[in-house]
Amino acid sequence: MTHLPFDLLFLSIATPLAAALVIALGLPKQWATKIAYIGFSLPALIAVYLWMQFSAAHQVDTYAFKNVYDTGLSSLGIKLTLGLNGISLPLFVLAGLVGLAAGLYAIQSGAERLNLYLTLLLVMQGGLMGVFASVDVFYFYFFHELALIPTFIMVGIWGGRDRSYAAMKMTIYLTLGAMLSLIGLIAIYVKSGAETFDLITLRHELLANPLPAFAQKNIFGLLMFGFGILVSLWPLHTWAPVGYGAAPTSAAMLHAGVLKKFGLYGLIQIVLPLLPLGIGSWTWVLTALALGNVLIIGLVTIAQRDLKQMVGYSSVMHMGYAFLGVAAFSIMGAGGVVLMMVAHGFSVALLFLLSTSIYHRTQTFDLGQMGGLAQKTPVLAAFFVAATFASIGLPGFANFWGELAIFVSLWKLSPWVTAGAVAGVIISAIYGLRAAANIFFGQPTTEFARIAEQKPIVDLRWSEKLPALVLLIALLFVGFWPKSISTPLNAALQTIYPAATSAVAVK
Amino acid sequence: MNPDLIRIAQSNQWFAIFPEIQLGCLALALLIVEMILPKKEHESISYLSIAGQLGILVGVLINYRTVFLGETTFGGMLQHSASGQFMRVFFILTSIFVTLLGMVAFKKQKLPRVEFFHIVLVVTAAMMLLAQSNHFVMFFVALETVTVGFYILVGYFRNNPLSLEAGLKYLITGALSSAILLFGIVLLYGVAGDKTLPGHTSASLNFSALSDFLAANPGNFLASVGIVFVISGVAFKIGAVPFQIWIPDVYQGAPTPVTAFLAVGSKAAGFAVLMIFAQVFVAYRGLVEPLLAVLAAATIILGNLGALTQHNVKRLMGLSGVSHAGYLMLGVIASYHVPQAADAVYFYLVVYLCASFAVFGVMTHLAGENDADQEIEHYADLAREKPVLGAILAIGLGSLAGIPPLAGFIGKLFIFIPAYKAGLYWLLAVAIVGVVLSIYYYFGWIKAAYFTSRTTKLEVEAAIPPMHHEINPAFGSVLVVLALFSVLLGVYQAPLMAWIATLHY
Repeated sequence: MTHLPFDLLFLSIATPLAAALVIALGLPKQWATKIAYIGFSLPALIAVYLWMQFSAAHQVDTYAFKNVYDTGLSSLGIKLTLGLNGISLPLFVLAGLVGLAAGLYAIQSGAERLNLYLTLLLVMQGGLMGVFASVDVFYFYFFHELALIPTFIMVGIWGGRDRSYAAMKMTIYLTLGAMLSLIGLIAIYVKSGAETFDLITLRHELLANPLPAFAQKNIFGLLMFGFGILVSLWPLHTWAPVGYGAAPTSAAMLHAGVLKKFGLYGLIQIVLPLLPLGIGSWTWVLTALALGNVLIIGLVTIAQRDLKQMVGYSSVMHMGYAFLGVAAFSIMGAGGVVLMMVAHGFSVALLFLLSTSIYHRTQTFDLGQMGGLAQKTPVLAAFFVAATFASIGLPGFANFWGELAIFVSLWKLSPWVTAGAVAGVIISAIYGLRAAANIFFGQPTTEFARIAEQKPIVDLRWSEKLPALVLLIALLFVGFWPKSISTPLNAALQTIYPAATSAVAVK
Repeated sequence: MNPDLIRIAQSNQWFAIFPEIQLGCLALALLIVEMILPKKEHESISYLSIAGQLGILVGVLINYRTVFLGETTFGGMLQHSASGQFMRVFFILTSIFVTLLGMVAFKKQKLPRVEFFHIVLVVTAAMMLLAQSNHFVMFFVALETVTVGFYILVGYFRNNPLSLEAGLKYLITGALSSAILLFGIVLLYGVAGDKTLPGHTSASLNFSALSDFLAANPGNFLASVGIVFVISGVAFKIGAVPFQIWIPDVYQGAPTPVTAFLAVGSKAAGFAVLMIFAQVFVAYRGLVEPLLAVLAAATIILGNLGALTQHNVKRLMGLSGVSHAGYLMLGVIASYHVPQAADAVYFYLVVYLCASFAVFGVMTHLAGENDADQEIEHYADLAREKPVLGAILAIGLGSLAGIPPLAGFIGKLFIFIPAYKAGLYWLLAVAIVGVVLSIYYYFGWIKAAYFTSRTTKLEVEAAIPPMHHEINPAFGSVLVVLALFSVLLGVYQAPLMAWIATLHY
């Protein structure tokens, strides 16, 4: 047992929520921002601290830092159980750091009704920390919803074009996905006979008495589509580009960067280990849909003229790789998905942040109207090009390792699928590099030159640079030292994915 | 003297219905006080009513573990059960909230008000008796007292034609449903008295005697028809399809406090009775279960589809309330297989009470002089102008929609888990479609309050009444408490669950 004076995991969830409550009670603005700094930075510090402590920490059933709280639902087998294992740790760190970046950006953004904005963002942050710290499946779901509701409100109030439509569409799609997943999780709870939502107990129970293959198949299908909607699996993705196109920057960073990973995390942490026979019947369906994400959405992304829409579509496209890694159903595939999720979380958050920074300078998201921005803003250009390289998956960035592991694991499934997936890299290189070239290089259009005259263009300010640096450093750190994540990840996967089941899965 | 009469007279334990008697006396006292007090003091009568009800509530809670628990009194007319005690508390709370809403609503009307508070108390007492009835005569008399009281309440705003129209509609449909119910009761009574059948009894108006007779005669055709008719009568009360047809017009026309009373009190009374009948008719569950299942599915779908296109918030609350009846019926069906489903129904009712009164409270406060005219568009800019009311509305609607971490989510979860255990997969699928549909209209309302600004709307519709009434601090704090409960019950349910767990033994 690590000898901590108090439960840091609980603190990481409670701090943002408490900060949100305090701000909501009506603090003056200068105090509210100070409280918000604490609310965003403490979870990030805790996440990084626990990351460093993890390998030394005492682990029970792959979980470290475990604590149990009773909230009165114990008769139903529901207890607030917090803990981290090798799978949740990287995502917990992701949530902490992207939350910090989004928070820093939001505090400086000068949004209208800033107090309400910060309150909602802090609730979202608390929910995100909770999702990945929960060992209890009920709370895993509960915290996800807690983080999801503020997203809708933020899109509705502070959103850009079509915000009302976007908020409504997101709400309906994501509620449908969440409801399907809820029924799937209830199905596991009831069918297992364990009468508990505790993931560890469920795993032991289902390892000893696996569900019949038929039940596993049906429940897996339910959860695959439920979680699939939440992660924008093709063709159920249409909420994502609209939503991200309209969402305010910090909300888009947190949702696309972290919250969306909920579904994939659920598949890796809960569904695959508990229902190992389930995926067999769905492998090719999932592969086909995921290739739809990579190739069809990839081509759609190339056709985008609007920068924010392009980033939104590209995030949908990259989710295809993650689903392919799930379909491969191996330790390497699952590990690749987790690495990919972390890397993608950092890079897409960075891209959303930089897109808004570009918009502030050009007053347009239209790629055709920009050009030559690098002369005036070399730092912004450097950040954007780096983020684009990361998103394509160049070595040196975290994304490379995730995609590599997924491609390798796919080879066992089918070399053709691997070929299709690798083609996606070329697609993302086309739109990524073309966007960078359009914005920063070449000659400015006359329209753009006129805007530049009216309002002198300045380079990245510190309020933008700081959050961007947090994300870029994280990307490079994981890119150059992937072992910091992959060692605990591998250990957890070795335990949770028994070799016997993973060997028979792929036929 | 006839020994039967003596036995019955001895079972007349008047103390067993002390809370109901107190409510009746309080109702009469209000009328007397009205005669004594000068006219300008009449407003204080509503405070008297609330104070009296709080006293009665405390009395019920102190005497909660009454000596009559598990006993029948009045010659088998009443059965005192733990769930009956629970519903007593529930109905007194409902009545207090309705009285509060009435106080706010009557400020905008030039109408005599004391009779309103009087009838609310009488109806509440009848609902409490209804939830404890063990005999068809008791049941029917209590039910008619409730219904007749509502005839008056629905048409109470007599200077508003819509209110009068609603009163007439409720009268006609209510009379029809009473007739169907009575026909069912008579059929059951007639069949049970058939001397050629085993276990025939002349006391079949008594629920336990009827239950024994039904167990001895499974599959009797006339008894089946009787059961279907009785359940139809109850379905009218809870607003289940196909007896939901009266709801939109009546909910819109009725004064908003009465709409709330119908939505919470009348519906909960219907479910208390349905839970009793589910047990009385347990021998015919092969008939009752599929019947309820079909009704529940139709109720969820039609309620939600109907609510999708509503712009009047009272109609919207009415039709969405229909869909809530569907989810609750899901719990009633599941209770045949999983006992914990009955707990879920009671939990859901409490959650529904908190959320509904929060929303109706905001509606009552914002209503203009024309009580029937409450459109979603009127809520534009609410969150900016009155952030507290906006937050209460959002929490109430969110809880009704079943969004975590609010109480409504836990309520639905508690119903879905036993429903899954009971194997009601297709009903669950319907329920999920219903929940997703309901997000659309609940969210549309929240959207109006939060994302729509009045200035842009003004050019199109100049007639939107401004909202400049001040919030009565007592009324406002009650709404805040209701909203807090909707949040609290979403994250910490232990005390309420422990209480509900004592209801079955």
